[in-house]
Amino acid sequence: MLSFFSLLYKEVFRVWKVGFQTVLAPVLTALLYLLIFSHVLAQHVEVYPGVHYTAFLIPGLMMMAILQNAFANSSSSLIQSKITGNIVFVLLAPIAYWEFLAAYVLASMLRGLVVGIGIYLAALWFAQPPMLFPIWIILFAVLGSAMLGSLGVVAGMWAEKFDQLAGFQNFIIMPLTFLSGVFYSIHSLPPFWQALSRFNPFFYMIDGFRYGFFGVSDISPWISLMVVGGCMLGLMLLSLGLLKSGYKLRY
Amino acid sequence: MPPAIDVRQARKRYGELQALDSVDLRIEQGEFFGLLGPNGAGKTTLINLLSGLALPDEGQLSVLGHDVVKQYRASRRVLGVVPQELAFDPFFTVRETLRLQSGFFGLRRNDTWIDEVMHHLDLTDKADTNMRRLSGGMKRRVLVAQALVHKPPVIVLDEPTAGVDVELRQSLWRFIQQLNRDGHTILLTTHYLEEAEALCTRIAMLKHGRIVALDSTQNLLSSLAGCRVRLKLAGNLPASLLLQVVEQTNDDYLLTLPSYQALESMLSELRVAGVEVHEMTLQQPDLEEVFLRLVGRAGH
Ligand SMILES: Nc1ncnc2c1ncn2[C@@H]1O[C@H](COP(=O)(O)OP(=O)(O)OP(=O)(O)O)[C@@H](O)[C@H]1O
Ligand SMILES: [Mg+2]
Repeated sequence: MLSFFSLLYKEVFRVWKVGFQTVLAPVLTALLYLLIFSHVLAQHVEVYPGVHYTAFLIPGLMMMAILQNAFANSSSSLIQSKITGNIVFVLLAPIAYWEFLAAYVLASMLRGLVVGIGIYLAALWFAQPPMLFPIWIILFAVLGSAMLGSLGVVAGMWAEKFDQLAGFQNFIIMPLTFLSGVFYSIHSLPPFWQALSRFNPFFYMIDGFRYGFFGVSDISPWISLMVVGGCMLGLMLLSLGLLKSGYKLRY
Repeated sequence: MPPAIDVRQARKRYGELQALDSVDLRIEQGEFFGLLGPNGAGKTTLINLLSGLALPDEGQLSVLGHDVVKQYRASRRVLGVVPQELAFDPFFTVRETLRLQSGFFGLRRNDTWIDEVMHHLDLTDKADTNMRRLSGGMKRRVLVAQALVHKPPVIVLDEPTAGVDVELRQSLWRFIQQLNRDGHTILLTTHYLEEAEALCTRIAMLKHGRIVALDSTQNLLSSLAGCRVRLKLAGNLPASLLLQVVEQTNDDYLLTLPSYQALESMLSELRVAGVEVHEMTLQQPDLEEVFLRLVGRAGH
């Protein structure tokens, strides 16, 4: 167990030493989105009856940042350690595969959640979305960040260079988040795109998360819970399997 | 008592290259063992298989009886490896690095031992310096310290003295020898053959992924019977002695002789030919010569 806590400590410590870029920067980015989109669109859009667009936007931006930061944390930490070579210190130690995974995923979740909370607090200045069902909010934040934390572990193992990781981020993570309904309800999409969104796990995370705030959603939060939970489990099993096989870590 | 290191029929392939080819090696507890071989012979590959940094294609490897794949946690707990490549985590100071490494091995309060290791490696006054600010040799010392934080019964050093100054080299060897006397098994690779000759009681030589010699240092040295003579002559070497020449630059010759007795006949042949000897030195066989004979100059 102590091996796990040491690795977790290292991963968390790494984030706080550069807290400015890892936490403040994403909060600032989210605030810029909020400022611009709410100014441009607030008069034209009412997604759910009685919900102001700025308020509607906040949970989506929070979730987007939680997911992106959770992913960035484990993936960039792994690739950095691989490239600088200091991953050997972890690989030489008697750390179980699940301890390895748990430490990287938990550190990612922590960063994602802290950024999410930071955005919420900063956004209160613009609008105050209600929080009708906090338990759903927490559930989706935890599951979503865990899922992207594991995805980051997989991507960090797979990538050999920073630009491969950037590609993963730009061609997979970004499109999936932007097409998941951060800025809109999928009901406002044409049928084809609506149907396509159903295959995007990020859609369920954001929809379920938003349900916790407003009590309205595009589909039942229970379905979203199953989809997100299933994806998370699948990714965890995948990363455990890869860790066990030594995929691109143990040559 | 299980052997410290047991390698059976280990094979490892990288693409077309057979980096290790059916290696068998058994190192008993308490040995000071040398693993020698030219660049690319497969020394680091063998060490990586032992430490789990690489996985074997075939064969079994164990450390103190723990299989390195199936019982990877137990085998890593008893093994301390100084990797050949310099690596460090720029986020931490020396002491933080060592504490963290202790934590990875499940040790909570380890400061007494950490202090002792830092003292032996002359790192005490760098304890609170960030890793980034250390010189290359200093970083390598930290690498050695990191391998020792959990007092591993089996210590593997992959060229620990590369880029390290003379003073530290000596204090490092004193420390490692002390650990060896205390019962730790040492496996060492180095390209400094005098070091291996002075320290190791047994030696394996690796070439193209195969073990080409495995014996006690004593036996390896005495397998080279005879001696070498360096001669500076005023004139040409008599033709009868040409067969024994190993090296020649102008009137400077290096000859091998099958035994010390052969000195006498060599000198008489020189006298008969009327060649005057300006200088003569006798050379003891050393590990370098054994190495060159078994492994070849360029490793071919
Ligand atoms: N990860 C890898 N991928 C491909 N080839 C590799 C890999 N690691 C080692 N090799 C190859 O395997 C062979 C053995 O390398 P190894 O590092 O074991 O040699 P070595 O005996 O330690 O050499 P040196 O004295 O230079 O450290 C080399 O030809 C090397 O190029
Ligand atoms: Mg090597």
